Amino acid sequence: MQSTHSSNANEDRRTVVSWLLGGGVAASLASFFYPVARFLNPPQVAEASVNEVVAGKVQDLKPNSGKIIKFGNKPALLVRVNDTDWKAFSAVCTHLNCTVQYQEARREIWCACHNGTYDLDGRVTSGPPPKPLEELAVKIRGDEVVISHRV
Amino acid sequence: MSITEIKSKTLDWLDERTGWRMATDLLDHKVVPQHAGTAWYYFGGITLFLIGVQLFTGVLLLLYYRPTVAEAFDSVRFIMTRVEFGWLIRSIHSWSANLLILSAFIHMFSVAFTRSYQRPRELTWLSGIVLLGLMLGFGFSGYLLPWNMISYFATKVGTDVAGTMPVAGPTLARFLRGGEDVGAATLTRFFDFHVMILPLLTFALIGVHLLLVQKNGMHTPSGIPPSKLAHMKFFPNFFLRELMVWYGVLAVLGTLAAMFPWELGEKADPFASAPAGIRPEWYFLAQFYTLKLIPSHVWIFEGELLGLLGFGALAAVWVLLPFWGTRANGEPRTRLTAGVGIFLICYLITFTYLGYVK
Repeated sequence: MQSTHSSNANEDRRTVVSWLLGGGVAASLASFFYPVARFLNPPQVAEASVNEVVAGKVQDLKPNSGKIIKFGNKPALLVRVNDTDWKAFSAVCTHLNCTVQYQEARREIWCACHNGTYDLDGRVTSGPPPKPLEELAVKIRGDEVVISHRV
Repeated sequence: MSITEIKSKTLDWLDERTGWRMATDLLDHKVVPQHAGTAWYYFGGITLFLIGVQLFTGVLLLLYYRPTVAEAFDSVRFIMTRVEFGWLIRSIHSWSANLLILSAFIHMFSVAFTRSYQRPRELTWLSGIVLLGLMLGFGFSGYLLPWNMISYFATKVGTDVAGTMPVAGPTLARFLRGGEDVGAATLTRFFDFHVMILPLLTFALIGVHLLLVQKNGMHTPSGIPPSKLAHMKFFPNFFLRELMVWYGVLAVLGTLAAMFPWELGEKADPFASAPAGIRPEWYFLAQFYTLKLIPSHVWIFEGELLGLLGFGALAAVWVLLPFWGTRANGEPRTRLTAGVGIFLICYLITFTYLGYVK
């Protein structure tokens, strides 16, 4: 009777010890892998925030043509519609992030990736893009073309 | 069907296709001799564990490191200041590299003094020596990667020393630098050596080394008669002990890395003068200090060349230990091998110390 009792006590002790050991190992493993998980998460890098960018000289872009320029970290599309009218958009297609281009013959903005097209107000005219392109403001300052966010 | 039946059927199915029971049978029968020197057996495992730590932390560092002259230093600084726990991961990588070399040296000397290299383990010894060489190569190539002042000049000196080697020297130096001088091409090369070429060679050779250890079994000291020798099962008895040792090593490593974070220094500037107190990592210090002591010319030889020939001769004697350490009749040359081992340890310790303080 007594031996059964003591063997039960042994079993209990063994269970407690294995829980303690297992818990210790689990806790230490968590303390190893927590820093690793945090390390994998890329830190926020401040985007070069820009308000306005000089896109070039007026005479560099002929009427009915467009060019891609750097607007902060993102590409923008500057279009000279005619002698006096200018348009600018974010050049990032709203479908899957490709960079769009200006099609002189059809006078529209076209994305080569999935054949999406936009008109010169940035509205979707055909293809898969779900939203219009973000329009930017264009100012002519002397002989320079300046692009900025619309307020 | 009961759970036991399902389990046994699944295992049978797997065994028929993969033969995995061969591996578990092998593990079941593997034993480790128990005697006064059993503790030395752990150092091979510790070295292997630290190689694992290097691989793990190295892969993590690769997520942010950029191997170009323009970006290398800044990317390491980014890791240390912007990435969460980046300072810790880099510090562990650097500390673990140093402990790894130390543990590999202890492993080598324990094998030498217990004469475990004797027949039929000559190839195990040789593969181990080549592995140690690869580890030193990792240390040398990794040292340059943060592209700081100290590492830049240490690499200039290191590749210059390689260049003084007779015959192949100039070609070797050009190969290491990727040109005439340490620069952008050197960094790209050292990065390639560090993360691609050396790891591939190391994996292959660790495979060979472990296979040979498995094939020949653990060496036992010659003084103990086989009938009196006790054994413990490798799995789980020795394995669990080794695991506990690894835990201890990890604790030491974590403490060192957190208490003494590895510094970054200043960005390398090829047009600045070498900073005062420049020296290589501690495991190259003995050779570094020896070269400092040798005069520029000894008889008809250049000083550096003479030093290099001396190191070469000493290394050759040591590498060939299994072949001259035993007489033709199989008797070990006990005194001679122990004498050479003690001389080597004394030389390394004294000159490393002098290189450190002077």
